[in-house]
Amino acid sequence: MRLLPALAASAAVLPAAAGAAELNVTIEIPALTVAEYHRPYVALWVERPDQSAAANLAVWYAIRLRDNEGEKWLKDMRQWWRRTGRELRFPIDGVSGATRAPGRHTLRFDGASGPLAGLPAGQYNLVVEAAREVGGRELLRVPFQWPPAASQTGSAPTASAQGSTELGTFSVSTQP
Amino acid sequence: MKSFPLRRLLLAAMVALPIGTAQAHRSWMMPSATVLSGNDPWVTVDAAVSNDLFYFEHFPMQLDGLAIMAPDGSQVTAENQSRGRYRSTFDFRLTQAGTYRASVAGGGLSASWREGGQQKRWRGTREAFAREVPQNAENLRVTLSQRRVEFFVTRGAPNDRVLQPLNEGLEMVPVTHPNDLVAGEPARFRLLLDGRPAAGVDVEVVPGGNRYRDAVNDQKVKTGEDGVFEIRWAGPGMHWIGASVRDANSGIPGVQRNAGYAATLEVLP
Repeated sequence: MRLLPALAASAAVLPAAAGAAELNVTIEIPALTVAEYHRPYVALWVERPDQSAAANLAVWYAIRLRDNEGEKWLKDMRQWWRRTGRELRFPIDGVSGATRAPGRHTLRFDGASGPLAGLPAGQYNLVVEAAREVGGRELLRVPFQWPPAASQTGSAPTASAQGSTELGTFSVSTQP
Repeated sequence: MKSFPLRRLLLAAMVALPIGTAQAHRSWMMPSATVLSGNDPWVTVDAAVSNDLFYFEHFPMQLDGLAIMAPDGSQVTAENQSRGRYRSTFDFRLTQAGTYRASVAGGGLSASWREGGQQKRWRGTREAFAREVPQNAENLRVTLSQRRVEFFVTRGAPNDRVLQPLNEGLEMVPVTHPNDLVAGEPARFRLLLDGRPAAGVDVEVVPGGNRYRDAVNDQKVKTGEDGVFEIRWAGPGMHWIGASVRDANSGIPGVQRNAGYAATLEVLP
């Protein structure tokens, strides 16, 4: 943004330009009553219609363990691992993060910087996959269009999916 | 010490044990994982000859012909080798990213003939054969058993350096990467005999866990002219695939060959 004031200004004029667009994501990690609880590993990525990965938005895992011991379990998010994780080197700046406690976690990504910068216009899915040590695994998908079209009512297009075991509500809204 | 000859006999029998289903025993190795992440993962392996898959209930597999190939083609040392009553084990460390191939391969000769009205049987190496078996014996029948039992594991992204054909005996060359198998997607492999397509060969595919079901649930698929066969997985899980070919290409006049191949493949949900 600071390098390209002209582009930022033009983006303000053209609402559909990806540069100013926003993707707002809420991931709910349910509180579970189990004998041995560990916070889940969670991956959040953008998927093309053919299920190939277009961008990694977040990977939450045990990043601070000695000898990168936490990376040993990344493959348990098996869909993410197959689609993109196994090709990556960890940690990833701005993507790797610590595991999170049960609750609703809101993430905001803008089109001007980070993983969404340069994402070609098109129809995508946002995918979240959670895998918990001595627990289960769950994956949810929500479709979205990028860059978002300006809606007539002015409200941001929102879509959501409901998890049943390792994930709660997963909602995605886009802001042109 | 008294039991030594018996043990040697058993071990010799195991070396030459056919892979095919005619004897019902199956040779297999079971890795602790086939898809790995992290910088320093290890794989620990059970190796056995058994009836049910993948339960060690019959014989430990001989690890004499064990070779582990790293993603760059170099050899990896098998650590902590041990032979138990029903299974052998070993470990190896995945210091490189990419695909590893672990194989137990070898060949042995078996002979039978009549001598002084009695049936004689012999098993051993190609070298010992000329020395120990009377070449002009009555009803002499000799078979070379060539076998390869293997599995593949991948740390990080798969690569295909170790998947290149060795051009010896019966072997499977993956078309679909063996560590990229999922239940919903058919997988294709090519069966080669001495480096050439093995056409019209039945490949048996058996899902593991048959102790807890009545049917074996095996399927047979036939290789095409190009040696290629396709497997449509019934579901996720560890699978055993095996094939064998009998021919006269033992390299020794008058000696039949029985070439066998078996692999353990993990299919993810």
